Amino acid sequence: MGYNTIIVRWIMTLAEIEPGTQVKIIQVQGEGLLRMRLLEMGLTPRTLVKVRKVAPLGDPIEVYLRSYVLTLRKADAAQIEVEVIENE
Amino acid sequence: MNKTIALIGNQNCGKTTLFNALTGSNQHVGNFPGVTVELKKGIIKKLKDNCVLVDLPGIYSLSPYTSEEIVSTEYLITEKPDLIINILDATNIERNLYLTTQLIELNIPMILVLNMMDEVISSGNCIDIDGFSERIGLPVIPVSASKNEGIDDVLCCIRDTLETPLRHLDLCHGPVHKAVHSISHLIEERVHQLDLPLRYCVTQIIGKNETMIRRLQLNESDMHIIALIIDSMETETQTDREAALVDMRYLFIEDLCEHCVFKEQETNEQIRSEKIDAILTHKYLGIPLFIAIMLLIFFLTFTVFGEPLQGLMEEGIGLLTGQIANLLNQFHVASWLTTLITEGILVGVGNVLSFLPVIVILFIFLSMLEDSGYMARVAFVMDKLLRKIGLSGRSFVPMLIGFGCSVPAIMATRTLSSERDRKMTIVLTPFMSCSAKLPIYAMIIAAFFPTKSAVVMITIYCIGIFVAIISAILLKNTIFVGESVPFVLELPAYRIPTIRNVMMNAWDKAKDFIKKAFTVIFLASIIIWFLQSFNFQFEMVVDSQDSILAYLGTLVSPIFAPLGFSDWRASTAIITGITAKESVVSTLSVLTSSSTTEMLNSSLIGIFTPLSAFSFLVFTVLYMPCIAAFAATKRELGGYIPALLTVGFQTGMAYIVAFIIYQLGSLLL
Repeated sequence: MGYNTIIVRWIMTLAEIEPGTQVKIIQVQGEGLLRMRLLEMGLTPRTLVKVRKVAPLGDPIEVYLRSYVLTLRKADAAQIEVEVIENE
Repeated sequence: MNKTIALIGNQNCGKTTLFNALTGSNQHVGNFPGVTVELKKGIIKKLKDNCVLVDLPGIYSLSPYTSEEIVSTEYLITEKPDLIINILDATNIERNLYLTTQLIELNIPMILVLNMMDEVISSGNCIDIDGFSERIGLPVIPVSASKNEGIDDVLCCIRDTLETPLRHLDLCHGPVHKAVHSISHLIEERVHQLDLPLRYCVTQIIGKNETMIRRLQLNESDMHIIALIIDSMETETQTDREAALVDMRYLFIEDLCEHCVFKEQETNEQIRSEKIDAILTHKYLGIPLFIAIMLLIFFLTFTVFGEPLQGLMEEGIGLLTGQIANLLNQFHVASWLTTLITEGILVGVGNVLSFLPVIVILFIFLSMLEDSGYMARVAFVMDKLLRKIGLSGRSFVPMLIGFGCSVPAIMATRTLSSERDRKMTIVLTPFMSCSAKLPIYAMIIAAFFPTKSAVVMITIYCIGIFVAIISAILLKNTIFVGESVPFVLELPAYRIPTIRNVMMNAWDKAKDFIKKAFTVIFLASIIIWFLQSFNFQFEMVVDSQDSILAYLGTLVSPIFAPLGFSDWRASTAIITGITAKESVVSTLSVLTSSSTTEMLNSSLIGIFTPLSAFSFLVFTVLYMPCIAAFAATKRELGGYIPALLTVGFQTGMAYIVAFIIYQLGSLLL
């Protein structure tokens, strides 16, 4: 047996993104109606999303996408895989 | 010919404003059968044909997610309106068009109304209306509903489209398109039998809508073929069925917007909103500002406007009562009938009607908060706190109003998007001690705790909140099992509310309340009056000690012995407190024949010990709310049985808590 090459891809989720950061959605995990709702609200793959702020008590978060502002809980945002586009 | 037109659109897109502009005051508010989702209908007067406009709830999609979405979809596919007016927020057109791509599948003639065009244009952006219309295959009308611009164009378009509807275009493409067509052929006959729109059924199957799959009752071999078709679609798109479907819709929308929507920058309103939010949802300022805004509204409602108006109303009702009494005397009406009308009905209904100014004013403020967009921010700021007890941020406002009065609080739950959250909030809200209970506190504190008034007050309020939290946890794990509807909420741009919308909303609530006053409360007033004025021989009593009510009080008094107060006068006061909480004080005064506060104080000391007085106080705070709140509960929960269960639960909790306090207190003190 030769060397095993283990490629670790660090998957970021929308829940971990700092406010002021622009990200691109890779995919939405999970299943059922909640996932469908996240997709239907426009959180589809390749969509650009900007994290705007975190609520005063630390949850939920506020994001900007497709010309509108959406709020969702961190637990649900953790289902959304993203890659960072730019930092402010 | 009677035509039915359905008005549908996302939340916050100005749907109500357009509805009001099209129908004026010809409105009728009702409920969808079986659920507490509002169904508003109005008549469009300016059209020759008799057109009924149905205002469906604001929804984001036709997927069965919230009760609003389920009833709206069901309405569209079973009632089959003659025309759909789909209103969109032009400043946020991509997401608004998502619903449009689903509505097109229903195969009903449709008009698109692009609202808030004034904002789009004043911000230097623009939309190619003709190109848009051509690409989507529907008539498109730009309007600014809040400025009444473009309403006549909508009317013209309704007339034309009812006569000659445009042909819808086929929006799907790629691998999903192939799947849609294959499945269409397969289920065409079945769908035809059920008289459902074919394209809609197909996309719902692809989107894994279980209800739709069950409804079609497809046989096993068909289900197998469908599974194969979807499998190959998933392989081709390299994603799963739901994502593929939503993605296809958004790809169409993105393509449409790229060609027809020219957007240089965010609109002025969006930029302004971001600035306002920098303060209103600020990390440290957000919560204090929210509390300050609510306190201001309370102060204005209950003190500045409410008190004088309530005084005027009471005076007016008093005058009217006097006049009617005179009139009855002149016509020599039997004395029992005179007292029934003046002391029973007029006093009972009058007492409740005197709340009307407070309710109207409170709802003016609340609809201003709602229409301006601030209510969504409240949910954003408070969500984490309420999630712990199984609710979402939106429940916070009704609960807060509960400290003023349970009636508008219960009525305000209608803005909650989840049926489960709404029901739970209705059950919990009366635990927030309302302002009508203040006289009871004042009475007990004056007699037993004159030096510790602040401590007692705060303790009582905290007990109410504590019991609400305990009840929430209890309910969450028993009756209302399951997660609350996930919290995915739009924060709309702040906008100045239109006077017409605010006033019409307040007027709706006032009508609702007046109707209650003359039905449930009317009946209850007669019953209580009868019990209070008659003995078992059905003779009128001079002294209320001899009445049926006093007898009932004596009968139930042993029940309250474990709580520390077995005196019949205390239990009678608890019964009359159901009509209005202030009655507890007046009943105790009457039954102890106390005409002054000093006399009342000394007789109370004869009835209660400090501990049992406190236990009595706790019980009166927590047990079933007044009859007006009961009527509101019945209306919002949609029936007597759930309403009775609710007040039963509240009274049970009151009994248990007062019991624990009295028993523990007796042990410790």
